[in-house]
Amino acid sequence: MSKKFLPLVLGAAMGAVAATAAGATTLEDVKAKGFIQCGVSQGLPGFSNPDAQGNWTGLDVDFCRAMAAAVFGDASAAKFTPLSAKERFTALQSGEVDVLPRNTTWTMSRDTQLGLNFAGVNYYDGQGFMVRKDLGVTSALELSGASVCTNTGTTTELNVADYFRANNMPYEIVAFEKADEVVAAYDAGRCDVYTTDASGLYAQRLKLTNPGDHMVLPEIISKEPLGPVVRQGDDEWFNIAKWTLNAMLNAEELGVSSENVDEMKSSDNPSIKRLLGVEGAYGEGIGLSNDWAYNIIKNVGNYEESFNANVGPDTPLGISRGVNALWNKGGFMYAPPIR
Amino acid sequence: MTSMERDTAEAPARASLINDPKARGYFYQAVLIVALVVSGYFIVTNTIANLERQNIASGWDFLENTAGFGTNQSLVEYSETSSYGWAIFVGFLNTLLVAVVGIFFATVVGFIVGVARLSNNWVISRIAYCYVELIRNIPLLLQIFFWYFAVLRAVPGKRDKWSFFFDTVHLNIAGLRGPKPIWEPGAEWIGFALILGIIASIVVSRWAHKRQDQTGQQFPVFWTAVGLIVGLPVLTYLVTGMPMHLEHPNFVETGPILRRGFELNVGINVIPEFLALTAALSIYTASFIAEIVRAGIQAVSHGQTEAAHALGLRNGPTLRLVVIPQAMRVIIPPLTSQYLNLTKNSSLAVAIAYPDLVSMGGTVLNQTGQAIEVIGIWMAVYLSLSLITSAFMNWYNQRMALVER
Repeated sequence: MSKKFLPLVLGAAMGAVAATAAGATTLEDVKAKGFIQCGVSQGLPGFSNPDAQGNWTGLDVDFCRAMAAAVFGDASAAKFTPLSAKERFTALQSGEVDVLPRNTTWTMSRDTQLGLNFAGVNYYDGQGFMVRKDLGVTSALELSGASVCTNTGTTTELNVADYFRANNMPYEIVAFEKADEVVAAYDAGRCDVYTTDASGLYAQRLKLTNPGDHMVLPEIISKEPLGPVVRQGDDEWFNIAKWTLNAMLNAEELGVSSENVDEMKSSDNPSIKRLLGVEGAYGEGIGLSNDWAYNIIKNVGNYEESFNANVGPDTPLGISRGVNALWNKGGFMYAPPIR
Repeated sequence: MTSMERDTAEAPARASLINDPKARGYFYQAVLIVALVVSGYFIVTNTIANLERQNIASGWDFLENTAGFGTNQSLVEYSETSSYGWAIFVGFLNTLLVAVVGIFFATVVGFIVGVARLSNNWVISRIAYCYVELIRNIPLLLQIFFWYFAVLRAVPGKRDKWSFFFDTVHLNIAGLRGPKPIWEPGAEWIGFALILGIIASIVVSRWAHKRQDQTGQQFPVFWTAVGLIVGLPVLTYLVTGMPMHLEHPNFVETGPILRRGFELNVGINVIPEFLALTAALSIYTASFIAEIVRAGIQAVSHGQTEAAHALGLRNGPTLRLVVIPQAMRVIIPPLTSQYLNLTKNSSLAVAIAYPDLVSMGGTVLNQTGQAIEVIGIWMAVYLSLSLITSAFMNWYNQRMALVER
């Protein structure tokens, strides 16, 4: 009995391995299963964070929902997989997730050596330091001899090493796998300094026992352009990710929001007409319907709406637009035109 | 079923080869081996093809690139400019350290609790019983978090300390600090003296054994050995003009608040991550070892104890010379598994920022994206560690088995 069974099992196993070798495009796969699987953080307020009911919100979550709106016309056709910093690229490479909007820094090695592509930048960040106010420190250059808590497996860990080395300051690094443990250890006084992307510092500060006792130092020691990531070699899907972000930015620039998008359909502005699919067939060019951008704006909103709802001045994070403003308002956000 | 087939095959072989159970057995084994080789080959080639298709770099060249990240504990020289390969090696040594120290304490505590569990004293045996049942039924990760987060909050902060042993050893949230020996030229003689002391102790112990066998006279081997192993180096230290001094930790109490507390890299610092992990691993594993020891002792027939008592041995020597040696052959095989478990469980270190093999390797994995290579290294290292431990324990087991009469 068992002797006959064994070859069957082996055969099935080999078949399973063979099946993974063949592959449809990501868009076909996504359409077949009916939703987009997004890799997000394990809980970073403002970017991707589940509430008590398990609903995800945040800037990165909105990007994923915008992609779902572009593909299906339905922003709820997105599912979320929380990933640690260490797991994220492997999860994307292996096809466990379709897109990775997970506050991930765009670096050359990640772009070129991991078989991945960055679809743009949805938040320009930089690494900062948070300390207790009673330390009396006002600049990161006074941190010589400090112990520093951070996340393992991030660019943060490398930047802090570079910064302390460049300024010839001794330090002790304490690197945890999960952000919650970093916060707990910093809160317990194990470290003098907590370092991560500045947006993350503002978000994690909310989790401390007395958020008011801590301050973020003025220095930004690195460039951290955060953006969504897709697998390399599937240009169609790469285009959809890229243009989902561009559509949100162009919509803000053209003053199209989720509230006025229906009226804007009858606008005389040719740029708006092209954006909303009234004129031309730009949606077909990326393998979608012509109202792809309309669906994004209607269901999720433009970039400004997403920013203000998740991380903006009226949220607990209270981050101003700063460098994340549009190019014509003094920021870096610049999307190629739709034409 | 197979054995029945074999039994019938004892009859004169008249059946064809197809019905010969022996031939069929060989055939199935050959099929299995071929299938394994083919599927192994298939998995490897398929992985390589997929990696190439997805433009993922592979190979071992990344091990020589500069790591660029720091660590809070390394037993060898390590800096941000060291290579990825060296970073993984640092992590490996840290794993080894926590495994060896953990195994030592787990064994000591386990034996004590295991023996206490059989004590005639009701309070002692109940305490041991509660310890075993409480500790072995709580998941290890929770215990690690308990030692790290709960206990850590109870000790003084970085700008404060608790001192022990005449103000030489200090504890605070940044770790356990003590004096560091600084060796000067001439100190190597102390090392030679130590080795000489150990060799002399072994010789004395052999001679004493032989003499006791021949004449029945006893010799205080233990105290002689202590004298030789401790006394010889101390004597050498004094004779060579004290070529060693202690570097005490420097506790700063003035100046900017950030600089107060213990100065970095002065004296020896045992990081709290190591303390918490070692405590959790030893205490957890000790609860299993205690049960193994209890079972081993109970496996020795009570007649042995009675016979020893009848010969006039007291309780202590009875346990040490009669019961434990016989219990050891029952204890060692399951004890080996516990040692292996402790070593493998040490990979939970990553949860509390102890830079072990998995933690350091994980950072390398993330910086380079070489998932398959790094995971391969992890598996190879844990496998080799386990096999080496098993080999040693099997050798020890064979030695102990000779004691059996």
